[in-house]
Amino acid sequence: MLTPDWSGGYSRRDARMSFISEVLRVDLVLFTGLLVLIACGMAVLYSAGGGENSLLVKQTVRLGVGMVIMLVMAQIPAEDLRLWSPWFYVLGVVLLLFVMFGGDTGKGAQRWLGVGGVRFQPSEMMKLVVPMTVAWFFADKHLPPGRIAVLISLLITMIPAGLVVVQPDLGTALLIMSAGVFAIFFAGISWRLIASGLFTAVACTPLLWHFMHDYQKQRVLTMLDPHSDPLGSGYHIIQSEIAIGSGGVYGKGWLNGTQSQLEFIPEQDTDFIFAVFGEEFGFLGVALLLMIYTFIVFRGLVIAIRAQDAYSRLLAGSLSLSFFVYFFVNIGMVSGLLPVVGVPLPLISRGGTSMVTLMAAFGMLMSISTHRRLLRH
Amino acid sequence: MPRREAIKNPYLEHQLFKGRALFAALGILVLVAVVLGRMVYLQILQHEVFTTLSQDNRVRVVALPPPRGLIYDRNGILLADNLPSYSLEITPMEVDDLDATLAKLQRIIDFDEDDEKRFRNELKRNPRFQGTALRFNLSDEEVARFASDRHFFPGVDIAARLSRHYPLAGPFVHALGYVGRINEKELKRIKEDKQIGPNEYSGTTHIGKLGVEKHYEAQLHGQVGFQKVEINAQGRRLRVLEEQAPVPGTNLTLSLDIKLQFVAEKALGDRNGAVVAIDPTNGEVLALVSKPYYDPNLFVNGISGKDYKALQQDDDRPLFNRAVSGQYPPGSTVKPMVALAGLEYGATWAGKTMMAGDYFMLPNQERKYRDWKRGGHGLVDMAKSITQSCDVYFYDLATRLGIDHIHEFLSHFGLGASNGLDATGEADGLLPSREWKRRARGQVWYPGETVITGIGQGYMLTTPLQLATSTGMLAMRGERMRPRMLRATHDAVSGEQKWTPGYYATSLELKRDIYWDQVINAMIDVIHKPNGTAHGIGKDIKYKAAGKTGTAQVFGLKEDEEYDAEKIAEKLRDHALFVGFAPVEDPRIAVAVIVENGGHGSRAAAPVARQVMDQYLLGEVQD
Repeated sequence: MLTPDWSGGYSRRDARMSFISEVLRVDLVLFTGLLVLIACGMAVLYSAGGGENSLLVKQTVRLGVGMVIMLVMAQIPAEDLRLWSPWFYVLGVVLLLFVMFGGDTGKGAQRWLGVGGVRFQPSEMMKLVVPMTVAWFFADKHLPPGRIAVLISLLITMIPAGLVVVQPDLGTALLIMSAGVFAIFFAGISWRLIASGLFTAVACTPLLWHFMHDYQKQRVLTMLDPHSDPLGSGYHIIQSEIAIGSGGVYGKGWLNGTQSQLEFIPEQDTDFIFAVFGEEFGFLGVALLLMIYTFIVFRGLVIAIRAQDAYSRLLAGSLSLSFFVYFFVNIGMVSGLLPVVGVPLPLISRGGTSMVTLMAAFGMLMSISTHRRLLRH
Repeated sequence: MPRREAIKNPYLEHQLFKGRALFAALGILVLVAVVLGRMVYLQILQHEVFTTLSQDNRVRVVALPPPRGLIYDRNGILLADNLPSYSLEITPMEVDDLDATLAKLQRIIDFDEDDEKRFRNELKRNPRFQGTALRFNLSDEEVARFASDRHFFPGVDIAARLSRHYPLAGPFVHALGYVGRINEKELKRIKEDKQIGPNEYSGTTHIGKLGVEKHYEAQLHGQVGFQKVEINAQGRRLRVLEEQAPVPGTNLTLSLDIKLQFVAEKALGDRNGAVVAIDPTNGEVLALVSKPYYDPNLFVNGISGKDYKALQQDDDRPLFNRAVSGQYPPGSTVKPMVALAGLEYGATWAGKTMMAGDYFMLPNQERKYRDWKRGGHGLVDMAKSITQSCDVYFYDLATRLGIDHIHEFLSHFGLGASNGLDATGEADGLLPSREWKRRARGQVWYPGETVITGIGQGYMLTTPLQLATSTGMLAMRGERMRPRMLRATHDAVSGEQKWTPGYYATSLELKRDIYWDQVINAMIDVIHKPNGTAHGIGKDIKYKAAGKTGTAQVFGLKEDEEYDAEKIAEKLRDHALFVGFAPVEDPRIAVAVIVENGGHGSRAAAPVARQVMDQYLLGEVQD
């Protein structure tokens, strides 16, 4: 006679769990969140591409490559990453200098470096290397850090960010800067310093404005108020607001958005894909999408809190907040809250360069989550 | 005071971090709430406003393709024009069930699998609101039949477009080329081309695929225009709000003379071959015929698989442009140039005579290089050797010159390299040298190969175009013009006419000018003297012409074998060649003729050249 073997059942389950977390090094909670997001992304990309399969096939290939990169990164223990961090940093800065003096020009800006036929953006890599290096710097310091330590860490952040600004790629430079600043924030920089930093920045703005040329002022103004230039750059944002607004509570339904299907939304499969989502899935869909994104960021923060050493904590915290910045800036831009800067909607927009960076970051988070030593007190 | 940095406290650090993480989480929630608030504003509070805006959103920019430039011959006769043609277009967004619609359409409009395959491929490329053509060139009857049933087919429309048409069809295809539907590869190339604007080809469906149509694509295409149209919520056009007309492509006048072209074409008869006639003073191509030919109109809107297969599998290879891509041994037509080389390098002089017997032999070698004439030509000098086409004399001269001198001198005449014709498909031919043989064959050059190069056999290959330009250079005593098809362009908007200037390819100066006369006089004798190989066409000729016959071996003969035209199957018979120019005093035309498997140049090729020269110089063909 068979009796239910509860303990056996448990051990099988444990074995399965330990295979996923200790061999594959995958954080199942985070992974589930990513999968749901990717599924939503595929559906809306299909619609934005006018129902064409080839777009989906290409995106699937990119995701596949991204997944492999994520799994590879997940195998590397955080301790190794920590040891490599300063070397990556030196390499990255050297590559950025190379780009400055001899990179390929793509879309009017020098960002690309050709290595053996493969084109590659060092600035993209710095989105990960800068928080790694700041975390490495703080890892063996007493925290909260003193003024000198904060100054050095700011320098670590600003050198690559400055090199990217002159490419010129302001968007990526801001993302690199914010990743470094997040790590400094998590290191415990005092509130007084934060407040005085913010104050200085605000105080400097009028001064900067005073020294700008008229055409530069005009450009900033149009960036802040796109409606003032309805035929030029304002056209994007006006059309995407119409798309989102006309979606209403329930949306016009998948593949039924008139704004997107009649191709009124520019760049609707890249930076402005959120407008298609908002039009076809409505407020409920948008709320759900925001929940999924927030879930992923929160899982990242939980991984950071559970991490056992300062390096892992700072890196995980900074990467999580960076991910938040990506989707917040994109959605804010498409819905008219923020000025238009070219940032794709993470894991949904068509495109491969940012995908690799994102998946590598998630690989690091998974590594931090699954490489915990068993501490017995 | 002890330095605070000295001691790390993991527990306190962790607590510190937890606090910061909590703060970050709160910040995130606040910002997400702000975004949600914005969505509430856009999607709930302002929903009505945006719905109205989205329904009013109906101005779309549509590309207007420019009409392609027309092509004329030198007399202003139209060679390529644009005719209105009706196509059946389907707009996928307005069709509920595409397969069912196609099945229903099949009953009233005739389209085959090829049409449907092409249609489905293009469908993927075009936006869903844009019509994609299923069939082109609908007949009036088909248009009428569809019109009466139109209400059964939402999303299906008849569209009127301009379609390329070649009124003179076949005889001009090898000179003109043709246009066809743009394919993926061309579309990609256009998009990557920095000189072409990104939208320049939106709306354009055809592109030059071959010949002049391809070479002058940039001029013929014109500039795209735009139309702002109002559309309804379903994407249907209501009215035009604003329009920027396209700029039509530039019209081209070619140097071709259709009368000359037709004469050359007729003179070739039903034999395969090519005729190229140029004006040696400026390089203008007057006639460019390759036979057999095919109808370019078949290719414009996509040739059917069956028709294409038939053309491809035809043994006479009608798709092959013999005039510029065909590579033939020049045979004896090379002799005047070899003679000039002999004079220039001092390997011979005009008065030098020799006994030309049955054959020529290299010292210490067994092999006999035979003359075409049994018994030999007897005592010959250079002039006689050209007039009678004595092989032994040129075997001897080539050996004295050596391959290096022959290669260097003949390359001035544009042999062995593309001549730079403003069309596509030009072959390089082959002017052999020691260096070439080492590179291509990995072998050293043998003296015997120099011997046969002297009579234009062996490795040497030339195109009919090269023969015509090199003959033109002889006529002009050293000045070679780059051959060209384009005579003038006419801007379709301003009406401004621009003549194409002639372009000197080479200017060769010999040590003594008299060398030219010595060789050209011998070429005059070829036609005007009773012992000349082409004296048959010298009968009743009303101007002074110079020429040279040639015979190119198709079939390799063994040393002691003799050539018997009767015994050899037609496909293996020699190619007949003739080159010539006229009038000698003031050259106006240089002609090269090749008749495949025609036998000897004097009988098969020379009469063709005479007719072409008659037509051009006298305005009529003498019988």
